[in-house]
Amino acid sequence: MTGTTPLPRAAAGTTADVDVEGAVPTSTRPAPSAAASAKKRLTRPWASLFAVILAVVWTTPTLGLLVTSFRPEADIKDTGWWTVLTNPDFTLDNYQTVLQTGTSTSLTPFFINSIVITIPAVVAPILLACLAAYAFAWTDFRGKNVLFVAVFALQVVPIQVTLLPLLTLYVDLGISGTFWAIWISHTAFGLPLAVFLLHNFMREIPGELIEAARVDGAGHVTIFFRMMLPMLKPALAAFGIYQFLWVWNDLLVALTFAGPGAATAPMTKALFDLAGTRGTAWYLLSAGAFVSMVVPVIVFLALQRYFVRGLLAGSVKG
Amino acid sequence: MEITDKLLSMVYALVAFAIVVGGILFLASLYERRGGRKVAWWFIAPTLLLLAVALVYPALRTVYVSFFDSSGAAFVGLDNYSTVFTSPDQLVVLRNTVLWTLVTPFVATGIGLIYAILVDGAKGESVAKGLVFLPMAISLVGASIIWKFVYDFRDPAAGTAKNPVEQIGLLNQIFTWLGGSPHNFLLNSPGNTFWLILVMIWIQAGFAMTILSASIKAISADIVEAARLDGVSALEMFRYVTFPAIRPAVVVVLTTIAIACLKVFDIVRTMTGGQFKTSVVANEFYTQTFSAANQGLGAALAVILFILVVPIIVYNVRQLRASEAR
Repeated sequence: MTGTTPLPRAAAGTTADVDVEGAVPTSTRPAPSAAASAKKRLTRPWASLFAVILAVVWTTPTLGLLVTSFRPEADIKDTGWWTVLTNPDFTLDNYQTVLQTGTSTSLTPFFINSIVITIPAVVAPILLACLAAYAFAWTDFRGKNVLFVAVFALQVVPIQVTLLPLLTLYVDLGISGTFWAIWISHTAFGLPLAVFLLHNFMREIPGELIEAARVDGAGHVTIFFRMMLPMLKPALAAFGIYQFLWVWNDLLVALTFAGPGAATAPMTKALFDLAGTRGTAWYLLSAGAFVSMVVPVIVFLALQRYFVRGLLAGSVKG
Repeated sequence: MEITDKLLSMVYALVAFAIVVGGILFLASLYERRGGRKVAWWFIAPTLLLLAVALVYPALRTVYVSFFDSSGAAFVGLDNYSTVFTSPDQLVVLRNTVLWTLVTPFVATGIGLIYAILVDGAKGESVAKGLVFLPMAISLVGASIIWKFVYDFRDPAAGTAKNPVEQIGLLNQIFTWLGGSPHNFLLNSPGNTFWLILVMIWIQAGFAMTILSASIKAISADIVEAARLDGVSALEMFRYVTFPAIRPAVVVVLTTIAIACLKVFDIVRTMTGGQFKTSVVANEFYTQTFSAANQGLGAALAVILFILVVPIIVYNVRQLRASEAR
């Protein structure tokens, strides 16, 4: 995944210039936009042709590997994937090879590891950040602004800067190579963005609501659960998807902190190792790559709207 | 560990974590009921603790280590930094990082912008955008494997006249169809860096397209209508209406991609491992720290990465502030 940049307001969808909500194709657009009318004046067929060519160029590399993953091992070695047009021959053997358990080529343990790593690494920063963001947004204490700016600023720290000392720390604590090391790392790296995003969202909630509840005698804990959590759903979804894709797709943290073999390493590390040690075993690489991609693609397709929003806000992370 | 054991350990971790957070909330509400006023500290303490231990302390420690030799024993002052800027190997690393950071943002943003304009309002717009955006969702490792396959090279010399070698990489096949000879794209410097950069462009164009498309749709229809009544041409419309309106978004997209390129690691690591003169700062950091056991130089590279990223981010934030103030 990429880093992005802090869009202080855009996170809450208020910047007109970078209106994140607009990223969703809407069916009810009142008038043709500037681009649409600009384009209409271009010779339309050429514009369409160019767009189609771009789309084809962008899709072909993925399609090629996808087709390859369904071809017999011997065919992959001898001929290009495009020859399926004249000589179609498909099989599920490659997927069977990477998915069956108990063999040296099996990627299943890594797939399980990816799941085991990702779920707590998404849930933990969300919970912690909810608490912190609430305190930053709706309570008063000394040093609040300084601390908030500090947490915000921590987004810019590239995680490379932290890796070696963290690894030493994990070794000292005896958790090196365990899931705990990976969970803690992802949680810490995700926290600044989570706090920032949730804080911006909470600030949008009218202060009178909070005040009224305070007057009625509600404590902060009550307000947090009864009022904040339900209203935060879009922000939680945005960060949750962003963090999910970040963790699932991460290589650097996995390479640094995961244990040897299939103990705790996720899919990305398994594929990375496979590309390094068996770089010409395309029947394994192609099927393995698609097994690892299917999860984020489903998440992306299902929750595209929130993903774009989180992407924009998730700027400088990592 | 068996699969069930792993899943169980995940559940245990989640439960343990819930107990910690629940405990904090419980204590905070008790404390609040007794009239304690500074309940906020209970809420931010876990976050601050974790950030201090896992981000702030390691970062400071890395800065400190960057002034020491490879084993961390002897103080060497700025030697590691001068190595980065003088040793021939490291200069190649810096050159590549500069190439990545200069080429990718402009090309990816350009392609994204053109595509956003072309598909705007067209039939099947959301599908067309989805196709280009999809690379953003997959891992950089997955993207690297996809492209390594595109670049795959078979040595024609290994075949015989009767049984010639067929290319299985699409790009080399296209070269062959066009009458050229196949290349080993990832082997020859400096061309290989451009073939790696192409992977990043493939990924980031979708990001640029999505953000800029949203920005284009936000342009007021009145302005567009007025310009049209004035009879402006397509290029004038772009130059005087569309582009000024989306300029802030373009800057944000450019800087965001530049930051991603400064930190690029996965693509280089997966496709070449930084060999054949393709290494970049983030990759060289990893090699020096974890493979070459030169933690001083590795730390210096990490700090340089940090220093390179900060000005771009500051500029980015200021651009946003400025665009908001308008």
